[in-house]
Amino acid sequence: MTVEVKVTATLQKMVGGQRVIQGDGATVGEVIDDLERKHPGIKDMVMVDGQIHRFVNIYLNDEDVRFLSQLDTPLKEGDVLSILPALAGGA
Amino acid sequence: MPFASILDAIGNTPLVHLPRLSPKSGVNLYAKLEGQNPTGSVKDRIARHMILAAEASGALTPDKIILEPTSGNTGISLAMVARAKGYKLICVLPDNVTPEREQLLRAFGADVVYAKDAISTNDAVYKAQQMLADDPDRYFMPYQYGNENNPQAHYDTTGPEVLRDVPDIDVFVAGLGTGGTLTGVGRYLKERRPGVKVIAAVPHPGDLVQGLRDLGEGFIPAVLDESVLDGRIVVDARTSFATVKELMEKEAIFAGISSGAVMRVAIRAADRLDSGNVVALLADGGWKYLSTALWTRDWEVTEESETQGTIWW
Repeated sequence: MTVEVKVTATLQKMVGGQRVIQGDGATVGEVIDDLERKHPGIKDMVMVDGQIHRFVNIYLNDEDVRFLSQLDTPLKEGDVLSILPALAGGA
Repeated sequence: MPFASILDAIGNTPLVHLPRLSPKSGVNLYAKLEGQNPTGSVKDRIARHMILAAEASGALTPDKIILEPTSGNTGISLAMVARAKGYKLICVLPDNVTPEREQLLRAFGADVVYAKDAISTNDAVYKAQQMLADDPDRYFMPYQYGNENNPQAHYDTTGPEVLRDVPDIDVFVAGLGTGGTLTGVGRYLKERRPGVKVIAAVPHPGDLVQGLRDLGEGFIPAVLDESVLDGRIVVDARTSFATVKELMEKEAIFAGISSGAVMRVAIRAADRLDSGNVVALLADGGWKYLSTALWTRDWEVTEESETQGTIWW
């Protein structure tokens, strides 16, 4: 299954400046492995020791997968993943 | 009974039922209106707690200047507490905050320093830390991102108020900025009502992240205890704006931008329940966002680029 993956500036330079890339896989982890095949180096930006980097939030549509099933979170047709940095907010 | 000072007028904000926004008849949706605090935001609670604790510990003495990086509300609350107690305050701001905020800070007597080329609160934080490092004896920095009295203020006041008003609460939703509200209220509720869900609403960072060189420059506030969270939902600026308008149109509530995101997440949480009670904490009112013309424009047709690049929280 192919899903859209939205990336912010930090990762855009690794994927030829695109804001949206395609990834194949049935889970979040499989899509990240597929992205690594297509854009070598991206996995090290997103993951550390097999886990999602502390400073990175991966959203399935709009929900942080850390609170779903993390890398095992299943995907369905039409889902969109967003890879966003953790930033300070709020006032 | 009269309050002894403005500082005693902080908290005990109203909790309001929102029957028209609830997606289901069996689910009650409530908003806690933190805009009813003296300076108009939830941050009055933490400003008072952080300053009183610093006086008690001796970290803040009359010869010191209070210094804080802030994109607005915390600075305004600190300015109120500083003026009430006779301290001088310097706020370090990123340079894309709404003009009302600077006006309010100056009205309360605070000095404003802009972090040069700052595009996010991160940069204001670094700038303030530099100023402190250059002259450590001159300043006291409350530093809301790392000050345990930030979540403690919510553990001591906001949490008990929420549970008092809605004893059978099922879901609590608040915005994630420093993490103080979610951590403090979340801890209080989870100790007393096992099974309650605590959901964070976060702003979509949009173009604000363009300046980051790599993801390792991200920032997680030290006061945020992620173990109290059951979910984190990202909401883009346009959706937040549209929901702020909906709050006004359906419930006559005049709320700030982050409240739109929080309410959107609360409505979704309500939609996933068959019955129950959802409480959304609305951090401030709409006053500081009037310059956006938010309530008089149709945000459904607004270009995404118009809402990105500005700090709304």
